[in-house]
Amino acid sequence: MAQPTPPLEGTTPNGKMALIEASEITKRFGSLCAVDQVTITVKQGEIVGLVGPDGAGKTTTLRLICGAMKLDGGWIRVGGYDIQRQTEQARAQIGYLPQRFSLYEELTVMENIRFFAEARGVRREEWLPRCLNILEFVGLVDFKERLAGKLSGGMKQKLGLAAALVHSPHVILLDEPTTGVDPVTRQDFWQLIIRLAAQEQTAILVSTPYMDEASRCHRVHFMRQGKILIEGTPASLRAGLTGSILEVSGEPLPLLRQLALQEPGVFNAQRFGDRLHLRVSAEEREQIAARLQARAVQAGGNITTLRPIEAQLEDVFIALLEEKSRG
Amino acid sequence: MDEVIRAEGLTKRFGDFTAVDHVSFTVQRGEVVGYLGPNGSGKTTTIRMLLGLLLPSEGSAQVLGYDIRRQSEAIRRECGYMSQKFSLYHELTVEENLRFYAGVYGVRNEAQIQDALARVELTAQRRTRVSDLSTGWKQRLALAIAIVHHPQLLFLDEPTSGVDPTARRAFWDLIYELVNEGVTALVTTHYMDEAEYCGRVGIMREGKLLALDTPAQLKKEVLPGLAYDVFATPLIDALSFLEASGLPLRVGLSGDHLRVILPREVAPDRLLQELQQAGFGAARLQAIEASLEDVFLALSGA
Repeated sequence: MAQPTPPLEGTTPNGKMALIEASEITKRFGSLCAVDQVTITVKQGEIVGLVGPDGAGKTTTLRLICGAMKLDGGWIRVGGYDIQRQTEQARAQIGYLPQRFSLYEELTVMENIRFFAEARGVRREEWLPRCLNILEFVGLVDFKERLAGKLSGGMKQKLGLAAALVHSPHVILLDEPTTGVDPVTRQDFWQLIIRLAAQEQTAILVSTPYMDEASRCHRVHFMRQGKILIEGTPASLRAGLTGSILEVSGEPLPLLRQLALQEPGVFNAQRFGDRLHLRVSAEEREQIAARLQARAVQAGGNITTLRPIEAQLEDVFIALLEEKSRG
Repeated sequence: MDEVIRAEGLTKRFGDFTAVDHVSFTVQRGEVVGYLGPNGSGKTTTIRMLLGLLLPSEGSAQVLGYDIRRQSEAIRRECGYMSQKFSLYHELTVEENLRFYAGVYGVRNEAQIQDALARVELTAQRRTRVSDLSTGWKQRLALAIAIVHHPQLLFLDEPTSGVDPTARRAFWDLIYELVNEGVTALVTTHYMDEAEYCGRVGIMREGKLLALDTPAQLKKEVLPGLAYDVFATPLIDALSFLEASGLPLRVGLSGDHLRVILPREVAPDRLLQELQQAGFGAARLQAIEASLEDVFLALSGA
């Protein structure tokens, strides 16, 4: 977008300011603790992922941050403003794309954007250039006269993003923006998000059920049953499992899996189609590989490939849950 | 008979919209075949035609040797179907739900019902009301319902949407156990990483089956290059520079780095050199495993 967002107070050229600060926030619904002492910080130019299954508390966390619900504990500041006490100022910083974004199907793309611009208090003389800028940015400028109801799912999603951006927010909250959409749209959408962070220094908090999407964030919070299980950069999270995933293919797979599970030093063995992923102790990797080769032959099986592969974030998540359940 | 599904030119139109467009494929006994595509790409419509629930506009298919147009009752008797939005009776217990659905299939044998519960490891929860189950356990119950009549072929429509990776893996362990006993499974998903569980993966987009092969083969054959993570600053300028260089087949932003698909004949060092010569900071590069998403994007011409 050509129009720069005005600098925030207290912003220094080098020091990146934390635009979302949520400290030990808690939300209960009856006996259910939907969000349980969650702490999240998102700085300028940072994309932070909130990754977890349905019911983990992702949406509630986002709703608390945008001030749509009252906190039962903890505090939240957005752009330095307390969401409970300075709600209006805090909200003015935020662009929010909910999971089920509602647009006016009988209005055109442009009319929708104008509506959101006016609702957000964008001044009359500003809205037109601002809207055109945003539509250009999300790639909808050629469709500005089209009825929103006639847009494809991916285009609707982009219109939702445009509506969330219309008042030049410093903070963007995105609730599962890519669930079920075409990978091509998903790719386009992420290109936009990353550009916003890199060029506008927007702070972005995005929830997703997709593990593979977590790797596109600068930092990731894994969430489950209302709690943050672990937090870190994708690289640092994966580094904990470096060298410890072995990919095995061969025949018969059920036998190979059974043999692997009998090996001390093999923590788990998951089948993926025509191959297995073994999570093993990194120090014993070589010995385990050699023993497995030999034992497969003895048992009448055959290993065709056996190689260390990069750990995926899903492996990290699972290793973590297993550690927790072992206590 | 080893060919469990044979679809030839299967097509379904709704008015002027083509939901499934001349899809042809075969599935052999004991295979786990994934059907990967976004919402609205025609996955569920394909399954409904294969089950004989929906008549094709064009084309034909045999399922377990039966014709989908004329022998749909036989197909449904020998197939299990776990639908995306399976409906369970929330005020009934696990066991009551299973018994009810078993009855629909004509299964009255209590041992067979208990066996299905044991298979999905729900025996301990058999008297729990469904409303008290987590999503993961509900999915297991839906699987028990789909297998209680001992089908040879299972259709699983988005079976593990919305659960965490541990629950998903546990579910897949159950699928593989069934497969080891000779059951065949056709699984739809929009999760790229779930498709990795399948022996072969078909990629659906806008009603068309763009490719069908093992994940490894798809990454090797369909993707015309190798995948790299490229780190360089400033990031957006590096993106524009690489786009303009004409070297990569595709380059995109991915968090704090770029994801680049480079033709096999271009040495990755060359890319690095060009970035360094142009003055980009901290230029480094790492070969990475291509993902099914890379394959999907390549097939979509993106």
